[in-house]
Amino acid sequence: MNSTASATSSLRVAAGGTANLARALRRTREALIHVFLLACALVSIATTLAIVFVLIDQSIPFFREISPWAFLTGTRWTPLLEPRSYGVLPLLAGTVLVAGGALLVAVPIGVSTALYLSEYAPGWLRQIGKPFLEILAGVPTVVYGYFALSFITPEILRRCWPQTEVFNGASAAIVVGIMIVPTISSLCDDAFRAVPRSLREAGYAVSGTKLEVSTRIVLPGAMSGVMAAVLLALARAIGETMAVVLAAGMTPKLTLNPLESIQTLTAYIVQVSLGDTPADTIEYHTIFGVGLTLFAITLAVNLVAQRVLKRFHEVYE
Amino acid sequence: MATEAQDLVAPLPPNTRGLDFTQALQTRSVAPATASAATSGPVVRTERLSIYYGNFCAVREVTLDVPLCQVTAIIGPSGCGKSTLLRAMNRMNDFIDGVRVSGRLLFNGQEVYGSVFDPVELRRRVGMVFQKPNPFPKSIFKNVAWGPAVNGYRGNLAELVEESLRKAALWEEVKDKLNKSALALSGGQQQRLCIARAIAMQPEVLLMDEPCSALDPIATARIEDLIDRLKTQYTVALVTHNMQQAARLSDRTAFMLMGELVEVDATSHLFTTPRDQRTQDYITGRFG
Ligand SMILES: Nc1ncnc2c1ncn2[C@@H]1O[C@H](COP(=O)(O)OP(=O)(O)O)[C@@H](O)[C@H]1O
Ligand SMILES: [Mg+2]
Repeated sequence: MNSTASATSSLRVAAGGTANLARALRRTREALIHVFLLACALVSIATTLAIVFVLIDQSIPFFREISPWAFLTGTRWTPLLEPRSYGVLPLLAGTVLVAGGALLVAVPIGVSTALYLSEYAPGWLRQIGKPFLEILAGVPTVVYGYFALSFITPEILRRCWPQTEVFNGASAAIVVGIMIVPTISSLCDDAFRAVPRSLREAGYAVSGTKLEVSTRIVLPGAMSGVMAAVLLALARAIGETMAVVLAAGMTPKLTLNPLESIQTLTAYIVQVSLGDTPADTIEYHTIFGVGLTLFAITLAVNLVAQRVLKRFHEVYE
Repeated sequence: MATEAQDLVAPLPPNTRGLDFTQALQTRSVAPATASAATSGPVVRTERLSIYYGNFCAVREVTLDVPLCQVTAIIGPSGCGKSTLLRAMNRMNDFIDGVRVSGRLLFNGQEVYGSVFDPVELRRRVGMVFQKPNPFPKSIFKNVAWGPAVNGYRGNLAELVEESLRKAALWEEVKDKLNKSALALSGGQQQRLCIARAIAMQPEVLLMDEPCSALDPIATARIEDLIDRLKTQYTVALVTHNMQQAARLSDRTAFMLMGELVEVDATSHLFTTPRDQRTQDYITGRFG
């Protein structure tokens, strides 16, 4: 016993030099990794800041020519055609139409799906349900756009309303709605599960049915979480581009008719970026004005969503 | 049936470990009713009821009667299956994945498990109060009115709410703030609100799972007082880890240990002359 102990300790002394070296190497490696990870984090922060900087910097020339007031209140958007006009309202209306329509589609489906998953589904289905939905979120958005153009418009909308244009806001709203269902259902599912089990039990104990407990206790109890989910999905719908370009078209129009071709903020940026508009012209700078508007809207929606979500987490500690 | 058997068994030596139940037994407001229940049959009866979580047997072959208009206390160390047994009586365990039940549960002589008895209907007639106060994050009024409302109550809801709050000895404290959130109430008030919520359903049985364990002594005393008054109208099954409470409040006491029902008897007998050595050990504080 004793002799082995002293033997190992003398071994340790002999190996002391190499052990110290190994320890120093390890410490250096830790430090390097630390620096590397920090750099990675900084890259993403720096990128974001650079984007914001470019957006603002490039839109200054635009707003020097066009007053922000005229930009925000004008009802005609024809920066590429004579007579030129720079009122962003048609684009905003297009975005609102598509995003609002998308919410009309996605909120009922997304919230019901989440309610089903968290309250009704058996354990195994709950386990696979969410990953499945997230796969849906991973489908390239151009596929959704193509689906709208080649299926929803001809096979559904035109059958019901023959006057529907080839490009139209409704088909875009529907596919964007389908696209954001996973966002809503996944976040709502989290929100529903955060409602304490004891509240459900209280509901069942006074003879509530599953439907009554789900819709009158769990849903209201998770309302701010649901709101946050809807807002985050809204931000996504506002920023959605490819599907909207394909489905809704490129015709800036101040209209509420979902069956007409329209253009959204994002679609306009695509149009100019793909075209041969020379840089440093006013036409070119319009996309930064539009981009800044888009950025401001999604940032605001995201900030409100974060606030609401934080309040939700405070309710149940 | 229990009283005859108990005469045949020599009483175990009296308590020596400082836990004295005689005082608790004497403070009782009503003498234990032993004969009245025998005639009408139990409201709830379990027959060789076993409850499993997966493969783990939490309650093993328990046969227990909960007689009409009495307080039946269920005592035993933590984890012995008291809550599990209680939650079987209104099928609250149905919501836990992997729970299996065997044996019989009878409500007014009617088979509950494995029959057409609708669990939602059962819960209308068997109310429950939980260990931790769990008011809905709604107004005080809505907390009480919610159950009757979703069950299509036809009478005057406002009257029902007032009556229930009065019975739960909470009316005077909340009558001016019925539309305020229930979450603003103190713990003891919340628990009385939960009792009012259960009473508002006009149940036949009240199941109470350690209703005072999350409360301070003063709030506890008020709830005990309340239970004591409720038992003239309701059949109560009360789970408690507090033996003094069982002695003060209950007519009959069941002692459970590791999922098994060791002994059930009139409270005055169980605490003074238990028949089983394990009961004796428990009430004298030798374990638990
Ligand atoms: N949901 C559950 N899943 C698995 N085991 C459980 C669950 N609930 C309780 N148990 C186990 O069943 C036993 C009895 O629990 P419980 O009825 O809560 O005891 P008590 O109320 O007497 O403290 C304990 O061993 C506990 O760990
Ligand atoms: Mg318990």
